[in-house]
Amino acid sequence: MNKLVAAVGAVVLLAGGYYLGNSNTPEPTVIKVPEAPKAAFNSSGAEELAAAGVASAQIRSLKTPASGELIIVKDGESIQDAVKAAQPGATIKVMPGTYKETVYVDKDNITLSGVIEQGEYPVMDGEGVLNDAVLYSGNGFTVENMYITRYKGNGIMGQAGNNFIIRNNFVIDTGVYGIFPQLGKNGLVSHNVISGIEDAAIYVGMSDNIDVVYNQVFESVAGIEIENSRKALVEANYVYDNTGGILAFITPGLPIKDCGDVIIRNNFVVNNNHENFAIPGSLVSNIPEGTGMLIMACDDVVVENNIVTGNDSVGILFTDFSLATNAARDPDSDPYPNRPKILNNLMLDNGKNPTKLVQAFLATKLKTEGQDVIDTVGMDDGCILDRNRYRTVGLDKYTECDFDSTANVPTYMLPDPVAPRKDDPNMDVGKLAYYGVCAGCHAYSSRMIGPPTQIVQALYMDNPEGIAAYAANPVKKRDDYPEMPPQSHLDEETRLAAAEFMLKLKN
Amino acid sequence: MLLSVASWAETPVQFTLSADCPPGFELDAGHCELRSLYQLYNSLQGAGMGGPSTGLPEWRDGFTPQQTDLGRFLFFDPVLSRDGSVSCATCHHPDKGFADGRGLSVGIDGHTVTRSAPTLWNVAFLKTLFWDGRATSLEEQAMGPLYSEHEMGGNPALLLETLNGIPAYRSLFAEAFPGDQEITLDEIYTAIAAFQVSLISLNSRYDQYAHGYHEALTEPEIEGMNIFRSFVARCAECHTPPLFTNGQVAVIGTPEPEGMPFDPGAEIPMNEPTQRGGFKIPTLRNIELTAPYMHSGRFDTLRETVAFYTGGRGHAVPEGEELVLHWHIWEPKLTDDELDRLVDFLKTLTDESFKPRTPARLPSGLALVHDNPPVPGAYKDGEKSDE
Repeated sequence: MNKLVAAVGAVVLLAGGYYLGNSNTPEPTVIKVPEAPKAAFNSSGAEELAAAGVASAQIRSLKTPASGELIIVKDGESIQDAVKAAQPGATIKVMPGTYKETVYVDKDNITLSGVIEQGEYPVMDGEGVLNDAVLYSGNGFTVENMYITRYKGNGIMGQAGNNFIIRNNFVIDTGVYGIFPQLGKNGLVSHNVISGIEDAAIYVGMSDNIDVVYNQVFESVAGIEIENSRKALVEANYVYDNTGGILAFITPGLPIKDCGDVIIRNNFVVNNNHENFAIPGSLVSNIPEGTGMLIMACDDVVVENNIVTGNDSVGILFTDFSLATNAARDPDSDPYPNRPKILNNLMLDNGKNPTKLVQAFLATKLKTEGQDVIDTVGMDDGCILDRNRYRTVGLDKYTECDFDSTANVPTYMLPDPVAPRKDDPNMDVGKLAYYGVCAGCHAYSSRMIGPPTQIVQALYMDNPEGIAAYAANPVKKRDDYPEMPPQSHLDEETRLAAAEFMLKLKN
Repeated sequence: MLLSVASWAETPVQFTLSADCPPGFELDAGHCELRSLYQLYNSLQGAGMGGPSTGLPEWRDGFTPQQTDLGRFLFFDPVLSRDGSVSCATCHHPDKGFADGRGLSVGIDGHTVTRSAPTLWNVAFLKTLFWDGRATSLEEQAMGPLYSEHEMGGNPALLLETLNGIPAYRSLFAEAFPGDQEITLDEIYTAIAAFQVSLISLNSRYDQYAHGYHEALTEPEIEGMNIFRSFVARCAECHTPPLFTNGQVAVIGTPEPEGMPFDPGAEIPMNEPTQRGGFKIPTLRNIELTAPYMHSGRFDTLRETVAFYTGGRGHAVPEGEELVLHWHIWEPKLTDDELDRLVDFLKTLTDESFKPRTPARLPSGLALVHDNPPVPGAYKDGEKSDE
């Protein structure tokens, strides 16, 4: 009986609530119950990975090929001397100690590996004087277990190396970028601890197929930055006390114009309220303090299962170049953050104290309080799941996402290393060396600086080894020609291949 | 003009066009195709930019040996100018890094233009031409100086009339462009472009380093290379290997020569106020040979030029100019030693091993003029930006 009374009372209360709701309170929240299973996430990157058989491969199994050559560097010795002595495939083990140098690696398949003893790391110390700690351009480079501090430029900087692994390093109070792979394909940045960087702690620039996972990034202007890159996975990073936590954007004016296919998932993006101490004029000097994530002009960014809390300006900000007031416009870069995708995330306490810039934008939308998600453009091709969880501005045109997980993309790294280029019939090293180098002095039938190729053919016939040997150490032979300069800058294999090509040439 | 070239009829010289491709090119089905060790390498997104062992960006090739050689004659022949006084080589001299050694170039009648002649080395790889990037092909670019009243002073009708009136050229064009009796403007532009793309410079000591011979550079030069690509100096961010340009326009705020009005640069062709003072990032290949430096030749030496970048962001921007300076322009505080090392490194980019031969005689019968450039005259064309 009592139960019945209670039930009736509840109905009356509900009816009263309904009545009140119709008169002067907001409409009741409608909670949708999923009716049909969601579709699988799809993207061009996902297709590429599926086609490459990544589902059946071990995730992030990339290894730098090793030849077995081992070079040990001890405290007091030079890491660079070891790199100079190393052949491709060498592993360089760096013992604990302090190394005050810039190490550059312009060779393939080098592993630079710190040895940790009783918690003691090898330290690279730039003393506030040296520019960069590690510069690499070779493919298949690994750097791990180093403690890098007090450099003026970058901790670890890559230019064009593919198949790189940068893991388990500390980069502390070091210049402009902590870890900066640029123009590379297929790389891993994982388990690094980075702080005190005046631009981006981790900066993936103009690169493809990169995983940035399990890093701790704090007290920098930008935590993790994915710039003009495609197929990047930013997962399970702890990103806190930066000015801006995780960024995905296009910088206008760079030679590679687009950014897209970025998954940002399972990260902690917490209390990124640090004062902006960027260099005046830099792009990150525009980041509002208190920005959890900033997606500027980057397309197809998926934000999924992150914990985004305590970011005082905004949890997640989607915007165009209007924020980048100090970059010249680039007609070839599309300014819009096309097709943003916001899946389920946990957000709390964002936007408590927005910067003036963010406040000014909110005022144009007749809002005073900060927000979890802001889209300053008001994209009409975005999607969001369960939008009622968040306080949002500018998401009115977002539809509900037709997928709720990117779990089918465990990684954006490729299962096999990017292969060296050799697909073209013209990629014959002998032919390229002959035309690219030898032809400066030798034409087939006419006299140039050196004798015609036909004459060389008549002299050497079936003896390419003779040409290769002579080219390495030429002597004056002909009174009517200048002495040939040595071609020992070409390695033996290349010289022999060029000689063989020279002897076969018909015109 | 026509009178001055009449001598060709009296002293007939047989001209033939080379059937060989220029060095660096393979003759493949009648066309000259570029070959370089850099083709062994990948490059991200095919952009042709990155580190030492990075592939090349897209390039122009595929012209015939005959078109290339005809272009060589045209390039050196002052008959292309209104009065036979200047040739392409006047401002793009083969012994001056295919530039002219002047801060501001001087054209026909001693007209001084407002920009410095850029090098032609490796133009085969450029997507935009002119300092302000306003042309998108070599053929389009050629029309600029040919018809500028301050450079070569011609016009299309005069050029066609002149060349069609020279039997030697008629026969050479017929050889290079078979099946066509009249010389056409497109053929002229094509031949000049064919010659220009043959100006390949990829065999410097730096390139030997890039291909794996690290002994090619000295320790100070390697130190310079590491400063060059460091994120303190940031040179390599815009002057990106292997071509040492990323092909973009950048606003860096370099000063004009004393007394010269500020050059708005790319703002004009792009119709974009934020590109005011923007200029195309030049290649640094053979930079040692092309002093003075910057778009209007303000700096006489490489040392002064690299020092500009450490002088402070915007230090040379004229009062009243609000420029959107490139973000890489900052205050790297490079030491004197570091500036010296940068210069050491820049000099490793010198390579003229594929320098073409200057013709001994010209089909027009005119004498070569590029060793006798015009004297800067009374004209000063502050309004006009030709190169």
